[in-house]
Amino acid sequence: MLSLAGISAGYGSFQVLFDVSLEVPRGEAVGVIGPNGAGKTTLMRVISGLVQLQTGGISLEGRRIERLPPHRIVEQGIAHVPENRRLFSRLSVEDNLRIGAYMPRARQDCAKQLERVYDLFSRLKDRRQQLAGTLSGGEQQMCAIGRALMSNPKLLLMDEPSAGLAPLVVAQVFDLVHRIRSDGLTVLIVEQNVQQVLDVVDRAYLLEVGKIKLAGTSAELKGNDFIRKSYMGL
Amino acid sequence: MDIYLLEAILNGILLGGVLALLALGLNLIFGVIDVVWIAYADLVMCGMYLIYYLYAEFNWPFLLACVAAIAFVGVLGILVHVMIIAPILGTAPINQLLATGGLLFFLQSFATLLFGTDFRNIGVRLPIIRFDSIYISSARLLAFTVAVAGAVALYFFLKRTFVGTAIRAIAQDRDIVGLMGVDQRHIYLVTSAIGGALAGLAACLLILQYDVHPFIGNTFGPLIFMICVLGGLGDMIGGFVAAFLMSQIIAIGGYYFSTELSYVFAFTFFIVLMFLRPHGVLSR
Amino acid sequence: MTARHAMLAILLAALATLPQVVAPYFMHLLIQILLWGFVYTSWSIMGRFGFVSLGHGAFMGVGAYVPALLWNYFGVTPWIGIPLGISLAVVLALVIGYPCFRLKVVGHYFALVTLALGQVVMLSIVAARDVTGGSLGFTPKAVGYSWFALQFPQKVYFYVIALALWFGGLAVWYWVDRGIGREALDAISEDEEAAATIGINVIREKLRVTVISAALTALGGAIYGQYMMYLNPETVSGIAVSLQIVFAAIVGGTYTALGPTVGALLTISLNEGLRVAFGTNFIGAANTIYGVLLVLFIIFMPRGIVGMIEDATKRGWRIKPL
Repeated sequence: MLSLAGISAGYGSFQVLFDVSLEVPRGEAVGVIGPNGAGKTTLMRVISGLVQLQTGGISLEGRRIERLPPHRIVEQGIAHVPENRRLFSRLSVEDNLRIGAYMPRARQDCAKQLERVYDLFSRLKDRRQQLAGTLSGGEQQMCAIGRALMSNPKLLLMDEPSAGLAPLVVAQVFDLVHRIRSDGLTVLIVEQNVQQVLDVVDRAYLLEVGKIKLAGTSAELKGNDFIRKSYMGL
Repeated sequence: MDIYLLEAILNGILLGGVLALLALGLNLIFGVIDVVWIAYADLVMCGMYLIYYLYAEFNWPFLLACVAAIAFVGVLGILVHVMIIAPILGTAPINQLLATGGLLFFLQSFATLLFGTDFRNIGVRLPIIRFDSIYISSARLLAFTVAVAGAVALYFFLKRTFVGTAIRAIAQDRDIVGLMGVDQRHIYLVTSAIGGALAGLAACLLILQYDVHPFIGNTFGPLIFMICVLGGLGDMIGGFVAAFLMSQIIAIGGYYFSTELSYVFAFTFFIVLMFLRPHGVLSR
Repeated sequence: MTARHAMLAILLAALATLPQVVAPYFMHLLIQILLWGFVYTSWSIMGRFGFVSLGHGAFMGVGAYVPALLWNYFGVTPWIGIPLGISLAVVLALVIGYPCFRLKVVGHYFALVTLALGQVVMLSIVAARDVTGGSLGFTPKAVGYSWFALQFPQKVYFYVIALALWFGGLAVWYWVDRGIGREALDAISEDEEAAATIGINVIREKLRVTVISAALTALGGAIYGQYMMYLNPETVSGIAVSLQIVFAAIVGGTYTALGPTVGALLTISLNEGLRVAFGTNFIGAANTIYGVLLVLFIIFMPRGIVGMIEDATKRGWRIKPL
């Protein structure tokens, strides 16, 4: 469904990604793992249009989308849950969710989508009028994911959803990813927490210093010696 | 209490209405786009001149002239953003101040060129209302009511509509609103238009009370800036409160001394408050 | 170095002989250029570090009115009156500057506060109309040729004074530029907090440069008043003057020593040109053009004319040898 071919990107003269290619088949969950500074977040930002790529192409269901500005990419059906949540801390939970449905196509379904999100995240419903900045880390992550779901996307990008969260909460978040997946949503997750993410995705890519080093099904990668030694401490 | 002092206080509250409206406009623009339109008061002046000419010279009905002014200054707001602000958005913030300062220069001088320096009055005399021995100008009362209504309307717009929520969101985190499908540029234009429209509305309210001349912006412009800084730049509620605070100082100062000296008091009060509360009256 | 010295000597000689050869009208223009150049340079002493004041009219007005008022009402010689005016301007600068700098009021906030200050000073002058003559202006008592009153009917004297002032202004500019405070100020304008953490006394440095700028501007205002023998709150204080100062400095180039003077050359020439061409028909034409130019310059040439030339020569725009 989503395919990246030969992506090179960076910030000014500082290049971060070198000829990255990957595929996200429809209905699957794909992970991108790798150390800090590998370029995982830049990869997400290139897909969602926040960062301009230098060379390469991105196709969504056959359509080229790499030159589109962020708000157009949302219209194409890609929603990005940013690194560190990036909630609007002085808006209420409900306002944060509603803004997720800003897109004209999504506005009419706003009420329906809101109910869906509240079904998924009952805790958010309890706190709907609370300022988003006052939520706990786990609740904020739920709110950020919920916000992204409001536009009823086909593809969900998640940038390090476990960052800064307590282990118990991390488990809950990945549990959530599992549930979203079973609704048929395609997911691309970027993560440092290798163990957890490999349990939840179908396939994964290892990104190191801006280059794809390994690719395979999650079972393959779980069994891979290099990964076991470097990233899982085994 | 001295009845005339009470009258002054009441007048102060009424005066605060229009000032609050302008403070809202300026804070809205600053909160969203991070620029201060130094020439904001002069946009009001443009609106006032338009109403004058439409009503007093071309005999348009007053309300129609007002609607025209609101639309006109709204468009001016968009032009200011597109032609002056947008080209320099990425550069040093001081550039935007200087550029809109140049606009102030331009507007005041161009108005002098076009209309001369005479004071012009639209000749509308609204009655003075008498409460006991207090005299309140109904024009001022009307201005206050409309201004507050405008502020309330703005509040509901920002709270309830999608665009309004997007405006509040972009003021908090500019970079990622795109991820929600919000077109940043579009929001900037809408904000500029609203800021301009608020100035246009203020023009309608001021022309009822004051004569227009090219430099009228200088009489309340610096005051609006002080109010916004006092309330915290970008803080809509703070600006609203500060407007009434300042207008009280001016009304009471004007009662005991002269109008010009009351401005000096207001400024001194402002400086003192800066010592005490540097991040605005309602600093959190 | 000797080539430079020779050029300087020639320049000085030319400047010295000018009064003999030039008509009084041009003398008048020249004095204006020098005086305003001095004022604009004074502004840029703090403006170049990003401390943009939109209220320098306040200092100029105070500097102009204090000696004039003291002279007319108390017969106090400007030799005392001017330093008093400067002191008052310095006090104003401190009263505004200290809370601003102490409480990190910078950028937009600072500019708006100075804008308000400029207006307030002008309003005060107008409000005290019984003393100052308000919007009608104020005329110092003329006593003809007098060193005591610092009044000279012959323009030559003011020419020399203006020249001295202008050189003095440049000297102070270079002093600040080359002095030990310069790097501190650069650091402050880059990142104030970082500067504070490495031990720079941010408040003291900012106050220092603000006071210098205010004092010099006040001096310029004073001499301007003595020369013109007429003061008007609109011409020596208020928003228009403040913006005019900023405009000329920016257009000429704030980051170079001679930039503001070039700005003075430009504004005065433009004013005169328009006056000659249109007479009093188009009041406001000059400022309208200033406004447009300021906006255009900010958008396309934020470093001003001199700055642009400097950039060009740095990048090596040389005429290729044939």
